[in-house]
Amino acid sequence: MEAPLIAGSPSFGSITEKVSSIVEAKFSLVWLLWFGFISSIALVFFGAIGYVFWEGIGVWGNNVPNGWGWPIVNFVFWVGIGHAGTLISAILFLFRQRWRTSINRSAEAMTIFAVICAGIFPGIHVGRIWVSYWMFPLPNQMDMWPNFRSPLMWDIFAVGSYFTVSLLFWYVGLIPDFGTLRDRAKSKIRQFIYGILAVGWNGGNRQWRHYEKAYLLLAGLATPLVLSVHTVVSFDFATSVIPGWHTTIFPPYFVAGAIFSGFAMVMTLLVIVRKLYSLEHIITMRHLENMNKIMLVTGMMVGYAYGCEFFIAWYSGNDYEMAAFKNRAFGHYAWGYWIMVSCNVLVPQLFWFKRLRTSVPVMFVASILINVGMWFERFVIIISSLSQDFLPGSWGFFKPTLWDILILVGSFGLFFTLFTLFARFLPLISMAEVKGVLPQADPHHQGEST
Amino acid sequence: MDRELGEQQQQQIFPKWTNYLPLISVVGLAVAAIVAVAFVWYYFSPEYTDVGYRPKQPVAFSHKLHAGDLGLDCRYCHSNVEVSVHANVPPTQTCMSCHTMILPESEKLLPVRESYSSDKPIEWVRVHKLPDFVYFNHSAHVLAGVGCESCHGNIAQSEVVMQRESLSMGWCLDCHRHPAASLRPPELVTQMGWQPPANQLELAEIMIVQKHIAPPEDCSGCHR
Repeated sequence: MEAPLIAGSPSFGSITEKVSSIVEAKFSLVWLLWFGFISSIALVFFGAIGYVFWEGIGVWGNNVPNGWGWPIVNFVFWVGIGHAGTLISAILFLFRQRWRTSINRSAEAMTIFAVICAGIFPGIHVGRIWVSYWMFPLPNQMDMWPNFRSPLMWDIFAVGSYFTVSLLFWYVGLIPDFGTLRDRAKSKIRQFIYGILAVGWNGGNRQWRHYEKAYLLLAGLATPLVLSVHTVVSFDFATSVIPGWHTTIFPPYFVAGAIFSGFAMVMTLLVIVRKLYSLEHIITMRHLENMNKIMLVTGMMVGYAYGCEFFIAWYSGNDYEMAAFKNRAFGHYAWGYWIMVSCNVLVPQLFWFKRLRTSVPVMFVASILINVGMWFERFVIIISSLSQDFLPGSWGFFKPTLWDILILVGSFGLFFTLFTLFARFLPLISMAEVKGVLPQADPHHQGEST
Repeated sequence: MDRELGEQQQQQIFPKWTNYLPLISVVGLAVAAIVAVAFVWYYFSPEYTDVGYRPKQPVAFSHKLHAGDLGLDCRYCHSNVEVSVHANVPPTQTCMSCHTMILPESEKLLPVRESYSSDKPIEWVRVHKLPDFVYFNHSAHVLAGVGCESCHGNIAQSEVVMQRESLSMGWCLDCHRHPAASLRPPELVTQMGWQPPANQLELAEIMIVQKHIAPPEDCSGCHR
């Protein structure tokens, strides 16, 4: 028999008490210190971006032929991270995977924060932030119009609609819990703020019916987006003619990689969060193990894609394609390639063993290594292909500058700052939904199994 | 009963009128968005910000008198427009080629004579400015048969020159996409108050074929 979804058979009331108490507690010194630290790193991010706006993008290592550089590496990395949330909340919802309830709230929050981090990069990569509105189809006196045949344009819409739908989905899911927090609030300010956020939720039967229909519809809307966003991101590469980019395997390969890295990030965060806020009975080993299994599967898919790329490069008989892949594995950036392979293909193999995939330290370290590997995957794809294309005369290698590094580190600062604020001010666990998977939510005659 | 109702109302965090807030905010946001777009559309456009620029010049030179009443050809002073990227502002010597004889004592012309004797150019203020990132070639346009008037307006009627067209990118592209309406035979390029003939489009088609007129519409046509 499978372990119960929620351990220790708690009552409805104790779930509410546990989750709400995190939001209602006084600030601890540890929290304040951590917040001070992580938000300063977020400030470094904005400071570095300000410097880039002031000085121009010449302060980065980007230069012909490496026009995309780290900003686009980081963009693809963060968009990829943002995939797990919607997969957990939408696809697992449609497939009635009840184990999603304990983790969907924080996974969705993580998605939104990752997409925020991602969205910043194309904006700052254009260098002249004051003309970044050119990316949108706004009528203007210059008669300028985005090129709708360009995948970069599709990207704007793909990421934009993904962010909008994810945010709506997250917010709709939060409404009943906002109602709970409003009703428990002692101070006027809390009542007012959570009251606005709860948009008049009273938990009536009719409201629940509307709510569940809306949630289902949003899940249906969000599901194709999980697949489409990284597919479109991969088109940025696949529709070009650069060796190493122009391959049909890119869309599925990118989507698998995105889910892989997204789950790894959820894992990193949840392992910390469940320990800090003692939520081990709600986010149980069963949840963690399920996520590790998904990482094992998606990691194998990514590994398959790495192999398939080599096979096709050889099988196509295209010299340039073959040269590009030889360069990846044995060329100037071979170290990056082998970091990628060891982190993304070898590390998840640990999860074949039940002892390892149920060990919190192992999965914590593995999840971090996987995201290191996934960052290097984007680094290898973007930097190695751009630096050595058809003409040896136009080759050039990329070297990051201090500003590249500060912006990468700073983006983690922003991400963790947002997540820290989320964990403090919003219910980390979907109280309403977790109650729905407790045995007492599904009453049967005694002796009958549920 | 009444007391119960009163208590219930006290329990509410928000007063009743807030039920209209969603409606008010949706309508308010829509109105605000429309107002903002209209504001930017009108007040941020070069037609508002640039058209009508009429700086004070160091000499009260009247284009109306010289080009209109006296009928001087534009190219008598702006002599390079057919051969050069830049339309030149005439040097003081050009002025003096007439004004040594005509009104040699005029008080209005004092700065011109000073410039002539001291060999220091008059600092005319430029009226029609394009950004540095735009490549614009006067000769290409004049030789193709675009009248001076098409961009500068009827100079022969202007006491003081001012910017009459927006010179925005959309305005440039408009003509680059549909050049036929603005093309003239070479001898009429400098004519002011030109009215296109009835068969203008046919004549323009012939000019377009003969002179291989293909105005660029790609970015690098002007942003080189």
